[in-house]
Amino acid sequence: MSGDIAKARDILKDQASLESVAAQVLQLAKAQGATAAEAALSEESGLSINVRLGEVETIEFNKDKGIGVTVYFDKRKGTASTADFSTSALEDAVRAACSIAKFTAEDPYAGLADADRMATEIPDLDLYYPWDVSPETAIELAKECEDAARSFDPQISNSEGASLSSHEGTRVYANSHGFMGGYSTSRHSMSCSVIAEDENGMQRDYWYSVARDRRDLEAAAEIGKKTAARTLQRLGGRRIDTCKVPVLFAADVAGSLVSHMISAIRGGNLYRKSSFLLDKLGEQIFPEFVHIHERPHMKKVLGSAPYDSEGVATYARDLVRDGVLQGYVLDSYSARKLGMASTGNSGGVHNVLIEPGAHDQQGLLREMGTGLLVTELLGMGVNTVTGDYSRGAAGFWVENGELAYPVDEITIASNLSDMFMQLQAVGNDVDHRGNIKCGSLLIDAMTVAGT
Amino acid sequence: MNIPIDSSIDNVQQLMLAPSGLELNNLEQVLSSIMCHDVDYADLYFQASRFESWTLEDGIVTDGVHSVEQGVGARAVSGEKSGFAYSDEIALPALQDAALAARAIARQGQDKRVQTWSRTEGHSLYLPTDPLASLGDRAKIDLLELLDREARKLDPRVKQVTASLAGGYDVVLLAATDGTHAADVRPLVRLNVSVIVEQDGRREQGSSGGGCRRDYQYFIDEERGLGYAKEAVRQALVNLEAEEAPAGTMQVVLGSGWPGVLLHEAIGHGLEGDFNRKGTSAFSGRVGERVGSDLCTVVDDGTLAHRRGSLNIDDEGMPSENTVLIEKGVLKGYMQDKLNARLMGVASTGNGRRESYAHLPMPRMTNTYMLPGQHAPEEIIASVDNGLYAVNFGGGQVDITSGKFVFSASEAYMIENGKVTYPVKGATLIGNGPDVLQRVTMVGDDLALDAGVGTCGKEGQSVPVGVGQPTLLIDGLTVGGTSV
Repeated sequence: MSGDIAKARDILKDQASLESVAAQVLQLAKAQGATAAEAALSEESGLSINVRLGEVETIEFNKDKGIGVTVYFDKRKGTASTADFSTSALEDAVRAACSIAKFTAEDPYAGLADADRMATEIPDLDLYYPWDVSPETAIELAKECEDAARSFDPQISNSEGASLSSHEGTRVYANSHGFMGGYSTSRHSMSCSVIAEDENGMQRDYWYSVARDRRDLEAAAEIGKKTAARTLQRLGGRRIDTCKVPVLFAADVAGSLVSHMISAIRGGNLYRKSSFLLDKLGEQIFPEFVHIHERPHMKKVLGSAPYDSEGVATYARDLVRDGVLQGYVLDSYSARKLGMASTGNSGGVHNVLIEPGAHDQQGLLREMGTGLLVTELLGMGVNTVTGDYSRGAAGFWVENGELAYPVDEITIASNLSDMFMQLQAVGNDVDHRGNIKCGSLLIDAMTVAGT
Repeated sequence: MNIPIDSSIDNVQQLMLAPSGLELNNLEQVLSSIMCHDVDYADLYFQASRFESWTLEDGIVTDGVHSVEQGVGARAVSGEKSGFAYSDEIALPALQDAALAARAIARQGQDKRVQTWSRTEGHSLYLPTDPLASLGDRAKIDLLELLDREARKLDPRVKQVTASLAGGYDVVLLAATDGTHAADVRPLVRLNVSVIVEQDGRREQGSSGGGCRRDYQYFIDEERGLGYAKEAVRQALVNLEAEEAPAGTMQVVLGSGWPGVLLHEAIGHGLEGDFNRKGTSAFSGRVGERVGSDLCTVVDDGTLAHRRGSLNIDDEGMPSENTVLIEKGVLKGYMQDKLNARLMGVASTGNGRRESYAHLPMPRMTNTYMLPGQHAPEEIIASVDNGLYAVNFGGGQVDITSGKFVFSASEAYMIENGKVTYPVKGATLIGNGPDVLQRVTMVGDDLALDAGVGTCGKEGQSVPVGVGQPTLLIDGLTVGGTSV
């Protein structure tokens, strides 16, 4: 069992009380005549503090809980949620869900995930490292972080502050197949954002660290220094002429390209025919050197989960092997609509890894020679139906493998299908913070719009 | 919880507090306990909400969701500091705990008194109605099924229709140490239709929708719901014909209505009080300076009847206002909540908003739009030799510090020799906030507000907003297409 013993005991008690609420709700649904039902409950508490210019700005104490219940009357479905766990509120919620199910249409694909797919063992994935941090300690750490950023260089002229947040919670899922599972998780993060100014105006950037275990957070001063360095680098940003050039996506923004792929192979987008990767299973969507894995059971990692939000056991698999799409991202409903089986992805993917290549970002810059390094993306100009891609960007112009000058107020555009096939290299500078763990990605050519 | 029959403070208070035996003097005691620390201001925000949504796809309504939420947030403000805690239980012990936690922001200090209650007379911009009860559940489903059938009937190329109907209401009650005592009941409804069309293996989407602070009857009146279905199909079919968008800087004509998202991103966020107090906005310290051509007058107006972004009172109990942000190109002022107004030595403009009782308020927009000018839209288009005419947009984003903003067109056309010629694919437009309004060279006489679908995100909090503008000509904006 992870974490310290005293806290762990509390959390077991919390889990037991959530489980008893879940059982009560399933019982209420049955009493109302539901043929099947499921309930998802969560309880979370935490602290967020923000320090700005050396002074506390906000202290927020978070404490949230909630339950969502879905009932089925054969093939009719209704859902309700509440944050009130009193018996009368639970009865109201179940009644509301049942009332909705009287009106929704019979849907041949509706229902719980298949009983034989329920997780039978729930591995301890080492996700719970509570941190009983006092506001005073949190404030000291955030001050240290911001101080390191502000004292880094005289051109750091202002600050949006440094934040520390620490949250822990317990979730339980139960359904009328008899599945009842629960586990606790923790999440701690520290972030910083400062402003640098020169005669051309102000620039802002940020950096953050996030972990299950506070001991895995980057040191406060390191986060501050990195924030300052990133911000200073952006000073003097200028526009460039409209052109077509190779583009290197820095690791911390490259994951977004993979998330667009994930979105396009999600069951809901496939059965709605709203995807540029429709019917691409078994086909080449990346060059042969690209391998993408899903690893839901990585110990102590943020994206890990023993089962998905329908109780289906999660499992390690390849999404892309040798550039060929190996599987979709399906929950039980979309799987049934597509005549396939759930992939344990109700609620999303769990730890997507792009196999790193041989070079770090420096190496990829040399490989690119001349082009654009993108370090920030702005806006939502991604069309999942067509794959058309057009987003605001900032970064650096690169000549002979070296950063020449910062660039901003430009857009980059192409089509995701083309961008994937034109992938030249994957970096080994993997950003491990997010659910998608990806190094820098070099794309052969994109249209850059500027002056 | 049942909806109150009126939104009077007494009625709302009875509804919120009576079940747990709380009375106004309990709130005064709790606020006093916060004020025994060195606190300038404290407030309690009670909220109870009910919400539902119904979703149609593949011709049937497969899912309905009903949710209720309630709780109370306690905030203590001391100088620039805020302490905040909340509870999903509306009861005295939970309230006292939250107050104790919130006041930890400030040291023990001299007792200050809670000022005498002064009831806020809010606007009456909408009725305290319960949208959920305004239509039977069967009729809600019938409406969605009708839109599905009609959309498919419009064109055989329509392959998928997704439609959703959502509605709910928030009941809020406020008590603050400055004597504020206010209440509001806020209904909100929304209907969306989205279609996929297919022709020769090419698929495109179109979507449309609307909403307001009324009940579901709004979508049946004047066949508005059907109008959204038609509009979604029209947009999708236009996109089937769209060619590559151009890349580079060119003249851009923005259509009226929803393209006002430009103002929201490029100007609005940069004029929120918090960023300007901290000096982190590209507009900081620029009140009185020229930031736009003299054709540009921009307001934030929370006082429009039934609008999605409108509020009888803001989330700090201040009546919403019609605030002039930019007048004939000159920056007039910022949007303020109480904290930032006090620190900047100005008055709140009724822009203090929060997503829920579990979030801290901050300065936020309501309905932000540009006032109309002199030109007919046709004249504006006719003046352009070679440019882009963008009439529909998705979302946008801004970096308030550098002033760079983007917004993404979802329906656009080329203008050649003064004529709209062919549709082009959606592209992101990028510009610089303090600069873009200076390039506005023509303003249309066709001011329109959006159909009521906007949601604005800031620091993780979402609130409903409105945008609007007349047709505009911007002389030089970067268009992020693929065609060089």
